[in-house]
Amino acid sequence: MTTTRARNTKVMNRFDLTRRLVAKLKDEAVIGGIGNTNFDLWAAGHRPQNFYMLGSMGLAFPIALGVALAQPQRRVFALEGDGSLLMQLGCLSTIASQAPGNLTMVVMDNGIYQITGSQPTPAASGTDIVAVAIASGLSNSSWAADEDDFERLIDQSMSASVPTLIGVRIDDKPGTGTTRRDPVQIRERFMEGVGVRRPF
Amino acid sequence: MAASAEQGSAENTQATWYGIVQQTLKRNEIRLVPYVPDRVLTTLIKNLHADPYFTTFPTAREEEAVGIVSGAWMAGMRGAVLMQTSGFATLANVLASLAVPYQIPLIMFVSERGTLGEFNYGQALVCRTMRPVLDSLAMEHHTITRLDELEFITDRSIKQAITTQAPVALILSPLLTGGKVFDK
Repeated sequence: MTTTRARNTKVMNRFDLTRRLVAKLKDEAVIGGIGNTNFDLWAAGHRPQNFYMLGSMGLAFPIALGVALAQPQRRVFALEGDGSLLMQLGCLSTIASQAPGNLTMVVMDNGIYQITGSQPTPAASGTDIVAVAIASGLSNSSWAADEDDFERLIDQSMSASVPTLIGVRIDDKPGTGTTRRDPVQIRERFMEGVGVRRPF
Repeated sequence: MAASAEQGSAENTQATWYGIVQQTLKRNEIRLVPYVPDRVLTTLIKNLHADPYFTTFPTAREEEAVGIVSGAWMAGMRGAVLMQTSGFATLANVLASLAVPYQIPLIMFVSERGTLGEFNYGQALVCRTMRPVLDSLAMEHHTITRLDELEFITDRSIKQAITTQAPVALILSPLLTGGKVFDK
């Protein structure tokens, strides 16, 4: 049943969806997961409120949870790949238990480890990640049927009182850009972007 | 030796290792304390939950907790992670790819299993991986064995972590906590 629903969603493109998201943003924080997810976030136009991960696969949602708990007045988006999330499924339960309403999670699901040679993930053949999220207690989780539906779900999440998870089926294209790999600069700019630091 | 968990007065609580840890966290404005539990940490965890100052909750894995406090610190809220030795052994990747290179003052309390009367061979072996991992990343770490040194080491280490933006591991020895023994 749930796999049928996933199959019926349109296969979209990560960079296109990321651009659609970024176009809606003002001062919201965005945590970009390892690899293509943050490459496309970077390529969509750098913003000081973006944080780009250069390792620690699977931690985009936990990092975003920390930001959301620290700044409950700010909306926090987290972009994560399906392979990355599989490494840290337990975080869905943690997020459900803390239930920050200002957190919107997007899972970019192409069923493959694109960046390592497009090998299928163990979930590719039959795991419905949105169903996993719902079963973990994140009741406000759904697949985006197409680009318009994705935008509608993003808009809806902006005023949600519980965490939102949006699953999107994406193609097998690699990331569009390459994030500049300077961890201290990434972190420092992010802290300025979310008002914790002032530039020298 | 830490007496049995009297909760009555603040003085009694402060005379215990867990009371000192709780007060030192507070004094340094560390409010966020995610953890993966350990028997030895039971009273500390219970007392943190009972204190409205703290936001404390369990996570499914230790690296998840590291991600949470890292995000929180970048957004202006201080945190610390509680775990046991075997949990620390799962952290090499996140320490080397997040905490150290991004210069995040990650504060970890590790209840030490695997030594001074360990009954589980697996725990004893896991324990031997902890300090080599810390040393290989040139991370600050201290093993706390004495109640009279606990506050100094903890308070100074937290302040050093924050001001130098470098992670620190505070290892709570069975000499301090009593540890976990076979008949418990």
